[in-house]
Amino acid sequence: MVFLVPRMPRWDRVKKSFFDWDRLTDSFPHLLRAFVLDIKIFAWTTPAILIVAILIAIARSTRNPALFPVRIFVIAYTDIMRGVPVILWIYLVGFGVPGIGMDRPWNSPLIWGSVALGMTYSAYVAEVFRAGIESVHESQRAAARSLGLSSSQTMRHVILPQAIRRVVPPLMNDMVSLQKDVALVSLIGPIEILRQAGIDKAKFANFTPFIGAALIFLAITIPLTRFTDYLLTRERDRTGASKVR
Amino acid sequence: MSNKLILNGVSKSFGTNQVLKDVSLSISAGEVISFIGASGSGKTTLLRCINLLEQIDNGSIHLDDVEITKLGVDANPIRRRIGIVFQSFNLFPHMSVRKNITLALTEVLGKTADEASSIASTLLTRFGLSDKIDSYPDRLSGGQQQRVAIARALALNPEVLLLDEITSALDPELVGEVLDVVRELKGSGITLLLATHEMGFAKEISDRVCFLADGTVAELGSAEQIFTAPTDARTQQFLQRVISAGRLRG
Repeated sequence: MVFLVPRMPRWDRVKKSFFDWDRLTDSFPHLLRAFVLDIKIFAWTTPAILIVAILIAIARSTRNPALFPVRIFVIAYTDIMRGVPVILWIYLVGFGVPGIGMDRPWNSPLIWGSVALGMTYSAYVAEVFRAGIESVHESQRAAARSLGLSSSQTMRHVILPQAIRRVVPPLMNDMVSLQKDVALVSLIGPIEILRQAGIDKAKFANFTPFIGAALIFLAITIPLTRFTDYLLTRERDRTGASKVR
Repeated sequence: MSNKLILNGVSKSFGTNQVLKDVSLSISAGEVISFIGASGSGKTTLLRCINLLEQIDNGSIHLDDVEITKLGVDANPIRRRIGIVFQSFNLFPHMSVRKNITLALTEVLGKTADEASSIASTLLTRFGLSDKIDSYPDRLSGGQQQRVAIARALALNPEVLLLDEITSALDPELVGEVLDVVRELKGSGITLLLATHEMGFAKEISDRVCFLADGTVAELGSAEQIFTAPTDARTQQFLQRVISAGRLRG
């Protein structure tokens, strides 16, 4: 690719409109400033998603027959949330809810766009947690219950800690994906990095700001992934048996 | 002697497979009773039913003359009085040895972390594992893990301890250290129920031996009687096979 692409007939024009150094340095400060909003949305949706997702996963894994209606409700919730494109939820919730006549600041599309994002992601992440909970062997539950722990104590002290450790990699996958999907909130108004890049693109009549935005995303998501790998390795070294060569 | 445990016509099926058929037994306080029999004869299921990990289909189980299998009985306080040690140890891999033992003490019995920790270290010292208190289970040998599992069950000070083939997953040279722990428990007042394939050990330690075949009590008697003069044809056949496999000196 690196070798062939620059030999294509219109490479020069592409290079000028996508990889213009001056345009990059011009738009970079704007992009960074706009990216703060992405980080904010990410920062407040992530904890909410994790908490809601764990609650959904626990509700789905419960064996108490009395909680059957709750189980039906959360199954319906995850099905509906996952069955509709994120962007549609952002439009529906982001434009719809403020429209019912809420006062400032509660009518902000930014808030409701984030809520929509959180709702869909919590459904996906709940499935990841549920897979983790189900991967913990039944004998662990038996051991805990045989010691007189209640089912909620068993979940909290024995099942969940093991489940969460196991799902950290797929969880990070979803978090990296969320970090990028935050940009979708821009479609209902807020000026975050992707929209800022669009504005700069129009102003300069040049696509380079998009490259700048991509670089900024990578600068966050790659270290995030590496950091998770490091945490996992450390945990394995601490508790695990010696590795097989 | 008073009856610690009474099983009354206990039956249990998994789907169409009836694993226990009308099992009735009385076990005295402080007694050591071994359950022997071929794989699939119902030994493990019987122990799991007594610990209420499995729900029985028919019959009843009484602990100190109180029925524990009645519908609506809270299983948790009963499980504190009836400990179980599993074939595959089932230690919690994400917790240190100390935490494995103290978890139920703090969460179930409401002891402080210090109290629980001192109970854990006393038990571990008794079993020769005091240097392993901060290790994680995956770093221990099978024999060490099983001794930790016994310590974990004993920490709650149960009246009855169920030992479910606790040496079956161990290398032969590690079996001894675990059996030594069980020998030490005998006579401490605790009622011991063992499901085991270690015939020599069952003969040595048991007050009574119960031979299970196809989910029924085929023969029940003193260890001496079962191993030297079994009356039931199935017991005779089983022991013959065990002896010829070299697992019991005849």
